[in-house]
Order: sequence, then C-alpha cells, then structure tokens
Amino acid sequence: MTALFADHTLRVVALGAGLLGAVSGALGSFAMLRRQSLLGDAISHAALPGIAVAFMLTRSKAPVVLMLGAALAGWLATLAVMTIVTRSRIKYDGALGIVLSVFFGLGLVLLTLLQKRPDASQAGLDRYLFGQAAALLVDDVRAMAIIGAGALAVLAVLWKEFKLISVDADFGAAIGLPVRLLDTALTSLLVIAIVIGLQTVGVVLMSAMVVAPAAAARQWTNRLGPMVALAAGFGVVAGVGGAVLSSIVARLPTGPTIVLALSGLVLVSLLIAPARGLAWRALRRGQHRRTVEADAVLLDLYALALQHEEDLEHGHDEAVLRAMRGGQINVRRSLEKLAQAGLARRTGHGRWALSAAGRARALEQIDHAGEHA
Amino acid sequence: MSPQIEVQLIAVVVAVAAALPGTFLVLRRLALVSDAISHAILPGIVVAFFLVESLSSPVLLIAAAMTGLLTVVLIELLGQTRLLKEDASIALVFPALFSVGVLLISRYAGGVHLDVDAVLLGELAFAPFDRLVVAGHDLGAKALWSMTAILLLNVVLISVLYKELKLATLDREQAAVLGFAPATVHYLLMGCVSITAVGAFQAVGSILVVALMIAPPAAAYLLSDRLSVVLILGGVLGAASGVGGYWLARGIDGSIAGSMAVVAGLVFLGALLFAPQRGLAAQLHRRARQRWSFAERMLLVHLLHHERTPSAAEETAGHTVHRHLRWSERFTAEVIRRAEAGELLRREAGLLQLTERGRQIAQRALLELDERDGLGELGGRDRRRRAGRTIPGGAVEE
Repeated sequence: MTALFADHTLRVVALGAGLLGAVSGALGSFAMLRRQSLLGDAISHAALPGIAVAFMLTRSKAPVVLMLGAALAGWLATLAVMTIVTRSRIKYDGALGIVLSVFFGLGLVLLTLLQKRPDASQAGLDRYLFGQAAALLVDDVRAMAIIGAGALAVLAVLWKEFKLISVDADFGAAIGLPVRLLDTALTSLLVIAIVIGLQTVGVVLMSAMVVAPAAAARQWTNRLGPMVALAAGFGVVAGVGGAVLSSIVARLPTGPTIVLALSGLVLVSLLIAPARGLAWRALRRGQHRRTVEADAVLLDLYALALQHEEDLEHGHDEAVLRAMRGGQINVRRSLEKLAQAGLARRTGHGRWALSAAGRARALEQIDHAGEHA
Repeated sequence: MSPQIEVQLIAVVVAVAAALPGTFLVLRRLALVSDAISHAILPGIVVAFFLVESLSSPVLLIAAAMTGLLTVVLIELLGQTRLLKEDASIALVFPALFSVGVLLISRYAGGVHLDVDAVLLGELAFAPFDRLVVAGHDLGAKALWSMTAILLLNVVLISVLYKELKLATLDREQAAVLGFAPATVHYLLMGCVSITAVGAFQAVGSILVVALMIAPPAAAYLLSDRLSVVLILGGVLGAASGVGGYWLARGIDGSIAGSMAVVAGLVFLGALLFAPQRGLAAQLHRRARQRWSFAERMLLVHLLHHERTPSAAEETAGHTVHRHLRWSERFTAEVIRRAEAGELLRREAGLLQLTERGRQIAQRALLELDERDGLGELGGRDRRRRAGRTIPGGAVEE
C-alpha cells in the first residue's frame, strides 16, 4: 500500500516537474535571447506578495488562485521596471534590483502577518520560497498542465512573429509588426512560465529554470527552432530527475536539486557542445599549434639541409633543432608528426633529415611566404 | 541599552554600511552583482560554519568574502568564453552556488543552528539576544559590533580609494591609462560588497541586503549629481529606511527586514516621483509648462502677424481667434488668460492687443524660428522677408 502510494506521488511529482521544465525551457529561450535573463529573477521574487495577497483575499490555496496573484504581481513588477528605466536615469540593473528586493520584502512582511493568524490555514505558503515538489497534488499538476499548454500554444501560433522580434525587433517594426504588443505578449508568457513553477522550485531559484535550459541549448545549435526544442528537453530531463531524486532522498529540497542538475547540463554543454564547446575549442587550438610548430621545425630542418647540399640525406641533431627554437616548442613531437606525414625521417639516434617530399613542402612554404611578403 | 534602541541602531548601521558600496554598484551598472553575491555567499557561510561551528566568527566573514569574489570571477570567466551574455552568466552562477549552500544545509546542518530561512530572510528582532561578553562585561549585541566594524571598513576603504573609485566608475578606460588599476579597485569593491552582505545577512537576510544596497543610493542618485552627495545622501536615506522599517514592523507586527525593504522602496518611489529636477512630477510639470509657453508664443506670433492689418478685427478678436489657431475654445481661453496674467497682451474693445513685452517675445520667437530653420538659404530668406514685411517698426533687417 505504501509502495503504491509512493509510486503515485512520484508519478505526479515527475509529471509536474517535467511539465514545468518543458514550458520554462521553451519560453526561457526567448527570454535569454532578448537579454531578459535577470527579468525572470525579478518576476519570480516579485511573485511572492502576489501569492500572499491572493491568499488573503480569497482564503483559498487553490493553485490557480495563487498563480493568478503571482502572475499579477510579476506583471506589475515588470511594469515597474520598465517605468523606472524609461522615466529615470536609473539603469536596467538598478531597476531590477530595487523591484526584486522591495517586492520580495513586501511579500515577506505579508507572509509574517499571515503566520500570526490564529488558524493554521496559511500553512504551506512558505513552500513557495524554495519549492516542494513532494507536496504537488494532482490538481496542481492539472493546473500547471492547462496553463502551460496554453502558453505553449500561443508560442506556436505566434512563432514567426516572436522569432522576428527576438532576433531583430527593428526589422519587425519596419515590416509593420505590432512590436510593442508582441513584446508584451512574450513577456506575459515568461511571467506565466515562471508562475507555474513557483510551487515546485520556489521564488528564489525559479530564474535558473528559465535561463539554464536555454543557456545549455544555445551551445548546441544556432537555430531558434532546435534551440527551443532542446531547451524544453533539457528542462524536462532536469525537472524530472531533480524532482524524483528529491522525493526519494530525504532532506533533499527540490528547487536546489533541479537547479544543480540544470547547472550540470549547462557546464557539460559549455564544454563539449560541437562547434562552440570549450573542449573542442581547446582541441582545435592545440591541433593548430602543433601544425604551426611542425611547419617551423620543417623549415629549420630545411635551413640545416641547405648547409649540406652535397649530402641531402645528412641527419641533423635534435638538440640543434631544439636550440634553434629556444625551447619554445616540443621539437620531438613535431618531428614525429612530420615523420608520420612522410616529410621527415630518422637517420640515426636523435638525428633527423627531410625526405624529398619534406623538401618540396618546405620550398612550397617559402614560396608561399614570399607571395605574402 | 534597551533591545528596542539596539535593534534600531543595528538597522541604521547595516543600512549605511550597505548604501556605501551600493552607490558604486548603482553607478557602475553592477546592481545585480549585489544580488548574485548575496545569494552566492551562502555555501561559503555554510562551509565556514561547519569548520568553526559559530555564526559570529570572523572566519565566516573571510569565507563569505572569498565566495563573493569567486562569484564575481566565475561570472567574468563565463562571460569571457563569449558563449553566454553577461546577464545570463549572472543568472546561472548565483542560483547554482546558492543551491549548493541550501543542499549543504539541509543535508548536513539538520536545521539546528543554521537554517536557510534565517540566511535568506534574517531576523533582526533576535539580534540583541546574541551578546558580546568580554571578561564578564556585557558590551552589547554582537551584531552591532560586527556591523560597526564592517561600516568602518567600508568608510575607510571608500575614503582611501575615493579618487580611484570615482575615476574607475566614471571613466574606466582613462583610469586604466592613468595607472589607477581599475581591476584592483573593482575587486576591492566586490570584496567590500561581499563582506557587507555576509555581515548583514544575519540581520536582514541575503535578499533584503540587495534592497538596502540598491534602493537608497538609487534614490540619492535621482536627487543629486555629485558623487560625494549621493554617497552621503544614500547613507542617510538608508538609515531612514532602517528606522522607518523598524517602526513599520512594530506597527503592523510583521518582519522587520521585510518592512525595511518596503520603506526603502517607498523612499525610492518618493524620489522617483518628487525629485526636484528628475522626478516624474517635475517632468510632467516641465512638460506642461513647455506646452503652455509654446501655445502662448503661438498666440503672440499670430497677433503680431495681424496687428494693424485689415483682417485684424476678425483674426484677433478674443472670441474668434481660436478658429484661426485651430485650437479648442477652452484651451484658447486658458492661453489668453495666462498671457494676460503675464502682461503679454490685453483686451481692447474685444480685440487682443499685444503689450510691448508681448511684441518683443513674439519677434524674438520669429527670429529663433528663422535661425533654427535649416531648410536652405532660399526658404529662410523668403520667410525673413515675409517676417520683415509684417513686423511693424522694421525690427528685422533684410
């Protein structure tokens, strides 16, 4: 019986977190491309007073009610940020910082007021701080699914328009798109993506749910479509993985577990994603350097060979070659690379000479350099 | 000292200590680095806490400051890969570090002496219970001592590096050229932010540190253009937010830290709305004044054009002039009222007559219009000729 119950809970939790990952991953891609990564942070912090007020007004903890309150507060926060930026000399970062912390402070005050009430009806509101996937109910997940599917549907319908204003808003305006309206719509979708995740991940870490899948996905592709799909996929993987892990292991809070899973995905993507990955970049740089070094040694050998024109097969000491390069490069590795390519060969212990192909290659390079000079 | 006074003193010291480095963050567009640092120092605090098993040890300060610097370095390293934009780097680094901290606490600290709520939210009301006792003498709340030390550190650092900070803030390139080592100054400032954040987290929590670091200096920045004034005013507004927040919290029996953030937000809102030069109210006022003064000049120029012409009776009559300017009657009446009050025109037998001052203003307006007219020599000359013809007394030469 217990096992069955646990299984059911686990299914609900995994489904909820997966949904959340998909929606925030997809919509977060647009936020990241539009340089709104930190707006997500402000919106999620600002949602706290909205949740408290929604509860105060309705005495209900129904997920839809609280999400509505959170969304309204998140919206207000966005509006406040925009007002500060356009109407004062305070820049975007300052506006975000003020709105984020002041709204959060207000939420905190309201929560402490609620906690002073004699009845325990407010119990559980504080799980919005860090999120608690284990407490997700079927109703919660249903609400998340409906709202999230609605958001994704809007995204699909307005895909072209959103793509255009994210990539080149000026061009969009020039061909007559209602850029302001689309901008508002896209930001509203971001608010929705954040709001449906608060219960699971919490207000403090929700911003990572938005940014991290997109940041990871960005490394694998330069196209928006695949990027959004991949981000949603990463979101699902990290969401389900993190939520299930935190449900099974005791004292493992959901939000941080999911965020660390996502951070791992980002790190791996940064390192090994083809074309952009840092590991490949280092590898390419290394290969390039070895080629350049081998060429240098080739020319050195040729220069030495010119001093023995009567005996082209005369071997030259590796130590001489090393001295010619002042110990800057790995001469042995370069020689072996040349030997592999059939350009040089070993004539004796530690002595090397160019092959006919090597001499031709050296001449070619000298000509080439001459053309450039 | 009563706990009540002590709490307020701590609030003031925390707020001032936060506002000083905060000013530079606001000016250097690094405001959100404070958010990142205040979250990301959590693992540093936790690890140091495991080592020394005390929340008030200086080891915590050092560990947190190192973690804060690590955060800044990580964000910069991520940015240098050019794989991510700077804002995305910030948004990735601090949640990750914060998550590590939360996990460490919930796995190993068991919520006995250190729990996440306390770090995140702080509880100023408890601060006076942790006393600094030396050789049996009660010297006051520990938090007051530690925050005062941090405040002094900030004051000393900023006074010593004032010139460097100012230059690096206003013109980083020039600071580098002149040999002021902006990078070193930058990291010192970041260290300062980290230490302040860790010192303040016990009192106000890590998120509300952000409110105290950003909101008061931002408000001060709306009120003044001078760095020194912004620094001091930021401190004063921060202190006011601290004390105001305390009394608000007492009044409604809510969280002190939250109330401080709310009051800091209100102070900023006040500056945003009512700052003498840059406030929204001043902007609206200025715009309205410009609108009226422009309309006044339009009216005066119109009167000038038709002065002593055959059509004057129709064009300058008080009750018909609005038709010729294509204004509404009400708007026209208000413009006439304002112009009359300024003694720019007067009514004579139902006609609007320019006063000497009104005529001067109208002529000057026409001249300015001409000078501003960049539409080529011919158009300008043509208009000037027309103006010369219609302006009595030949105020404009050909």
